[in-house]
Amino acid sequence: MEIIVCIKRVPDTEARIRILEGSPEISLEGVKYVTSPYDEFALEAGIRLKEVHESTTVTVLTLGDDEAQENLRNALALGADQASLLRGSTTMDGLATAKVLANEIDEKKPDMVLLGVKAGDDDQQQVGPMVAALLGYKCATNVTNFKVQGSIVTCQRQIENGTEVIELAQPAVITVTKGEFEPRYPSLKGIMAAKKKPLIIKDVEVPESRLVLTGLEYPPERDGIHMVGEGLDGITELVQLLREEAKVL
Amino acid sequence: MSNLLVFVEQREGCVSAVTKEVLSAGAALAKELGVEIHALVLGDKGIGSSSIELTDYGADQIFLAEHPELNVYLGENFASVIVSAIEAGNYRAVMFPATAMGKDLAPRVTAGLDTVMATDVTQVEVIEGGLEITRPIFGGKVLAKMKFTAFPAVISVRPNVFPPEKNSGAGHINKIEVSLPFTEGLSVEIIENLGRQNLDVSEAKSVVSGGRGMKDPDNWKLLEELRDALGPEAALGASRAVVDTGWRPHGEQVGQTGKTIAPKLYFAVGISGAVQHLAGMRTAQTIVAINKDADAPIFGVADYGIVGDAMEILPRLTEIISELNAGE
Repeated sequence: MEIIVCIKRVPDTEARIRILEGSPEISLEGVKYVTSPYDEFALEAGIRLKEVHESTTVTVLTLGDDEAQENLRNALALGADQASLLRGSTTMDGLATAKVLANEIDEKKPDMVLLGVKAGDDDQQQVGPMVAALLGYKCATNVTNFKVQGSIVTCQRQIENGTEVIELAQPAVITVTKGEFEPRYPSLKGIMAAKKKPLIIKDVEVPESRLVLTGLEYPPERDGIHMVGEGLDGITELVQLLREEAKVL
Repeated sequence: MSNLLVFVEQREGCVSAVTKEVLSAGAALAKELGVEIHALVLGDKGIGSSSIELTDYGADQIFLAEHPELNVYLGENFASVIVSAIEAGNYRAVMFPATAMGKDLAPRVTAGLDTVMATDVTQVEVIEGGLEITRPIFGGKVLAKMKFTAFPAVISVRPNVFPPEKNSGAGHINKIEVSLPFTEGLSVEIIENLGRQNLDVSEAKSVVSGGRGMKDPDNWKLLEELRDALGPEAALGASRAVVDTGWRPHGEQVGQTGKTIAPKLYFAVGISGAVQHLAGMRTAQTIVAINKDADAPIFGVADYGIVGDAMEILPRLTEIISELNAGE
């Protein structure tokens, strides 16, 4: 089985995000980067398929700058076989990203494409189903667990307060969320082996974004907290405030 | 003149609450732009009966795509019907609810139309005759304003942000011919639907969330009692820590790698308030924090706080709220 896992390098969740004054731009100076947490689930799912299904190859793919090689190397250390960096600028326009990835995926004609359900930075949650639509692959999103038998993929997909079980035929695009695929840590052996695995770099043209940023602002500040005393004493006051001031009861 | 279109999310003939919110937001925009708001319903034969409600929320035209194969949601089938419907009209924007279904469907439609999309939108404005949206990025740390340079613009709207408003529309009904190659070999199929008894945390108006400070999964009955006292539109939530230890199911997790929610009222009980958690609940209207530790970061984002033992506070709080509701 040929598997492609798409990952994205994003600022760490803990990172302080600052708006550059007077411009719709974010300052990412000094920010630590990680592989988007959802993509880690997707990668874990891909590596586990390799462990269960013989002669399975996992290729990890990203669109990003040179720095993203670090994230690809990490993926190789975890067990992916080869990596491709599509060197180009990332964009919030999901379809622009999907077109670049789909081009590359179409050349490889994999059986499955795995992605995180969304990226941890722009939270657009678009690229997976868009890649599927562009390539005419079947697609399941928000998947917590799946199994492959022959060319059939059986997925558990999380919906509002429930789970749908969906069967789809390969080639399939699956977007993965938290569930069965808790990511592993790289082993020392894995890290050493990763250095010798192939990492290909290809320059790509990313279509111009059709989603144009016009401004950035911080979320409105709350009025500050109203502490209602310690322990049981404050409860009556709290209920009164929720009812009369906040008007939510 | 290009109109606005709203995709109607329904399961088993029931129009979802968030659809009414999206329709209300769309109707207000359409009025400002001087255009019509259209609603698009996909479902089994006879689904048209749900359209009366849509008229109540301002739909000028209702488009019905009825077909037995549309009785359950399958992204491939739905996207193909919707793309044809949009191509037959002339739309400036198409709006979806940002639910599991909407987030699965809207990107496929966007790709099918070769256009542009914004997800989880919390505000839509008309600026110089064009649409400008606001959406949270970086886990809600920043709000981004964006405009579109391709049309129709596809927008998915975050649940619980826009109030549903009754607003009577003409509700003229149009039937759409559905003729599609539905089953080409092995296709997508829903073979099971597991449980759907409670309201989902992302749909609830009030949420009671528990964290490690609840000490023991058995103590969740205290949170359940508070949820019940808050009424039928309340649901339980959980921090990542208690989901990871297996105390609560992942479906309840609020925050990064869980759900992003915007209820009217949010109780964070025994939750310290890690960045990952804040990413999921900072757009709640009113936040109440109950925590033993007066220095817990959750107090930094809450509107109201009590320092104390949740096991003592919860029963009393539930009692007072129940009395209040009984008195009405």
